[in-house]
Amino acid sequence: MKKFDYKDKKDTRSGFGAGLYELGKKNDNVVALCADLTGSLKMNQFADEFPERFIQCGIAEANMIGTAAGLTIGGKIPFAGTFANFATGRVYDQIRQSVAYSEKNVKICASHAGITLGEDGATHQIMEDIGLMKMLPGMVVINPCDYNQTKAATIAIADYEGPVYLRFGRPNVPNFTPEDQKFKIGEAVLLNEGTDVTIFATGHLVWKAIEAAEILEQKGISSEIINIHTIKPLDEKAVLASVAKTKAVVTAEEHMMNGGLGDSIAQLLGRKLPTPIEMVAVDDKFGESGKPEELLTKYGIDTENIVSAVETVLKRK
Amino acid sequence: MSDIQNLKKIASQVRRDIVRMVHAQNSGHPGGSLGCTEFLTTLYFEIMNHDSNFDMDGKNQDLFFLSNGHLSALWYSVLARSGYFALSELSTFRMISSRLQGHPTPKEGLPGIRMASGSLGQGLSVACGAALTKKLNKESTTVFTLHGDGELQEGQIWEAAMFAAHHKIDNLIATVDYNGQQIDGPVDKIMSLGNLRAKWESFGWQVLEMNGNDMEDVVKTLNHAKSITGKGKPIAILMKTQMGMGVDFMMGSHKWHGVAPNDEQLENALNQLEETLGDY
Repeated sequence: MKKFDYKDKKDTRSGFGAGLYELGKKNDNVVALCADLTGSLKMNQFADEFPERFIQCGIAEANMIGTAAGLTIGGKIPFAGTFANFATGRVYDQIRQSVAYSEKNVKICASHAGITLGEDGATHQIMEDIGLMKMLPGMVVINPCDYNQTKAATIAIADYEGPVYLRFGRPNVPNFTPEDQKFKIGEAVLLNEGTDVTIFATGHLVWKAIEAAEILEQKGISSEIINIHTIKPLDEKAVLASVAKTKAVVTAEEHMMNGGLGDSIAQLLGRKLPTPIEMVAVDDKFGESGKPEELLTKYGIDTENIVSAVETVLKRK
Repeated sequence: MSDIQNLKKIASQVRRDIVRMVHAQNSGHPGGSLGCTEFLTTLYFEIMNHDSNFDMDGKNQDLFFLSNGHLSALWYSVLARSGYFALSELSTFRMISSRLQGHPTPKEGLPGIRMASGSLGQGLSVACGAALTKKLNKESTTVFTLHGDGELQEGQIWEAAMFAAHHKIDNLIATVDYNGQQIDGPVDKIMSLGNLRAKWESFGWQVLEMNGNDMEDVVKTLNHAKSITGKGKPIAILMKTQMGMGVDFMMGSHKWHGVAPNDEQLENALNQLEETLGDY
């Protein structure tokens, strides 16, 4: 198996902040909105350097989404940032009517997604957001895996005309993807070629999939690892090509099983290539307070869970 | 003919369009549409600088957002009568495959529509965003909105009201159709709005009042509102109207909020509304 290495661990939200600042320097039409979480979203540099293009909305997310939609009329490209819970569930109807149905070029930037938000607990740990957003017609859903990829994704979505949901998080995770990567929306990234099983992972769970594949290699199992950073539109071609080869699938994500990446892959395979599949995801539970690593373990979405899911699916092959 | 006479002539035809459209599909919202006819007619034919050769960005034009999207029949008629699309298309209102959806949307490509509305309370936020873009683009144009009074029960309206004042969005004129009626009955009985003038003023808005069914007052007040833009405050107009104005049996009652007239009622209504510009 290919060797994966990283120099440092960084938070994906800082990748967003860095990407946003780069955009601010090169594109005058990029504007940023935030609902009283500028520091948490790492938007300070943009706010400090481009104050006329930074719009503080206060703790009023519904108005922030509507305002972002209105800003597009006349050519602005709004990046609206808050925690994932307040960027989706709280404002679902605003996104549905003013952004998605109205086909507005709004970038919804959601930090602290998933259970690794940690100690704040279940009120803030949304694990339904991918499902909520992917259900909306025309909405692009992106969940990058590390700092470098989040930065690249942030820059890339400014060049895409249409609504995007960009999901990232709080904890420091291995920053292993190339600094100079070109982010292509909707294009899966093949991280490791393998023959026995395909592990499709997204977000923070991509590194966990790599760790799992290393353990599986010791047991003589060859894993293909594919990073699905864009959950919608799903790279169907890449998924089907890999599964046709390995004939066994495990999905891994920091999200509810209902409505997540596994659900999208299973739907595709059910229609086009029925294949045994196991899903590493949270099974219909709210989270709780704790350290990110403790929570990943307790909620069954850690490295060991991917290993055992692979062992289970191989028995069904 | 004076401008006022001409506007009245257009308004009479718009009212005919509204009741005919709603009757044809036996579906729609005549009450609020008839109540706000003077307002929207004046906005498009007298007040706004706009171009019926539609483009989404609307740069260097005044913009209008209908936040209470159920007044779609009124807006479609005014847009068609302003030349945004063919009058004949009004006959497709609320029908399958029509661009004239039950509630307005840019999705189907209908010229004049920049934002979907229908789910209430969102239009003021959208208008704030559009007005900020106009400021960033160094335009001296104005953004207009229309809201129902019942719509003000939505919390997002007050988020936007606070936001507009805080950011000194003074190129924004929001008008409230203050007809005192909502679906379940009189607003005061369902969820009273209290002192509406004081509410807007305390949020930091400049507040004007007008009689929305008096064409001279509408023209005068809208001109005045436009003249006081750019002075650091967003502007709200509390517009007293009668729901169903112009059709006696529809007036002053919430019962015609979302009900279509039958054949006999249509004939009765049309007898009260002069055909001035030719029916579609």
